Amino acid sequence: FEEQFLKSPEDLEKLRNEDGSLMFQQVPMVEIDGMKLAQTRAILNYIAAKYNLYGTDIKERALIDMYSEGIADLNEMTMRFPLCPPDEQDTKMTQIRERTTNRYFPAFEKVLKSHGQHYLVGNRLSKADIHLVELIYYVEEIDPSLLANFPLLKALKTRISNLPPVKKFLQPGSQRKPPADPKASKAARELFKI
Amino acid sequence: MAAKPKLWYFPGRGRMESIRWLLAAAGVEFEEEFLETREQYEKLQKAQTTDGRLLFGQVPLVEIDGMMLTQTRAILSYLAAKYNLYGKDLKETLRINMYADGTQDLMVMIMTAAFKPPEEKEENIALIVTKAKTRYFPVFEKILKDHGEDFLVGNKFSWADVQLLEAILMVEELNASVLSDFPLLKAFKARISNIPTIKKFLQPGSQRKPPPDSRYVDVVRHVLQF
Repeated sequence: FEEQFLKSPEDLEKLRNEDGSLMFQQVPMVEIDGMKLAQTRAILNYIAAKYNLYGTDIKERALIDMYSEGIADLNEMTMRFPLCPPDEQDTKMTQIRERTTNRYFPAFEKVLKSHGQHYLVGNRLSKADIHLVELIYYVEEIDPSLLANFPLLKALKTRISNLPPVKKFLQPGSQRKPPADPKASKAARELFKI
Repeated sequence: MAAKPKLWYFPGRGRMESIRWLLAAAGVEFEEEFLETREQYEKLQKAQTTDGRLLFGQVPLVEIDGMMLTQTRAILSYLAAKYNLYGKDLKETLRINMYADGTQDLMVMIMTAAFKPPEEKEENIALIVTKAKTRYFPVFEKILKDHGEDFLVGNKFSWADVQLLEAILMVEELNASVLSDFPLLKAFKARISNIPTIKKFLQPGSQRKPPPDSRYVDVVRHVLQF
């Protein structure tokens, strides 16, 4: 996939002024199959369905969606953390740790334990596995010890990381982006007036 | 005969209302259990350890087809697919998702405004109405204009139509003239409101919930302890 980065308010304005480019004047935007897509979840679900990472029936899809939404909730917290004012950081970090170890990681460890399979849903790779492993990496960047009591999650992380396309993505030089830098985030917030 | 879907939530709209709308639109009868005390909520959360009732300890919770589903979007997508309100192919489903996600962003703004301090109320309402009139409604007015059809996607009633009607009515509760510059949305509102299942849901005595008041806010704060 190709990428176009918004580095200034003018870049965003230009895109907003292009007719039909940004449906709700927001990014992410993905141009694919002759369409310009908005809304992260809609984009993810389209890609997952197109590339067979969305289960085999609507019940499996419901489980995949349910797991993906929970992952997205925690992911949102970790994503927003660098944008947090310094005086709120301690509270936020405590909340992230607590949610990770008391709510989200136990839920997924339990799912894996309940069926003993290699993937979260339907004994087959789905978007839920990818999202969860992505999240595990972010949590480890914050504090590796948070994964300590979750052996099945550790095993999932290893297994998914070894899938050839994932392995390639995890290597330096891929399009994977580094963690948000607080100074750069602050500068971006000021620039885009968020 | 299959059991009726069962909904667990606070006694008001919140995140469950879109689910009530979709079930009603599909003509599906459902039961509700209302969470009004901390004790009820903790009991539901504790049940997680025995039968996985509340996967992430949160509501909405919907029991349907042998599953205990949580996460609003997951529930809505399942219902849309089950009741044939999700388009006929991947591209139609995608468009329905985009429109539904957009309207949901607007409705979440309204939902969370109820929990903000009273002195911020007027400012919040003004912001919501501005967003509706400049970001969201123009998009849907244009969609309807471009294809000239009765429904948002694929010339067929879908989840996207239900969500948009719900959002329009919610914003109108804040500002009755919000549709004044959107003639096609006005016509859309009238048309969708007249669909028999929707018409029934809009009548008094249905399971549709009223706008949040201070009593509802108090119940939610008490149950969730914030």
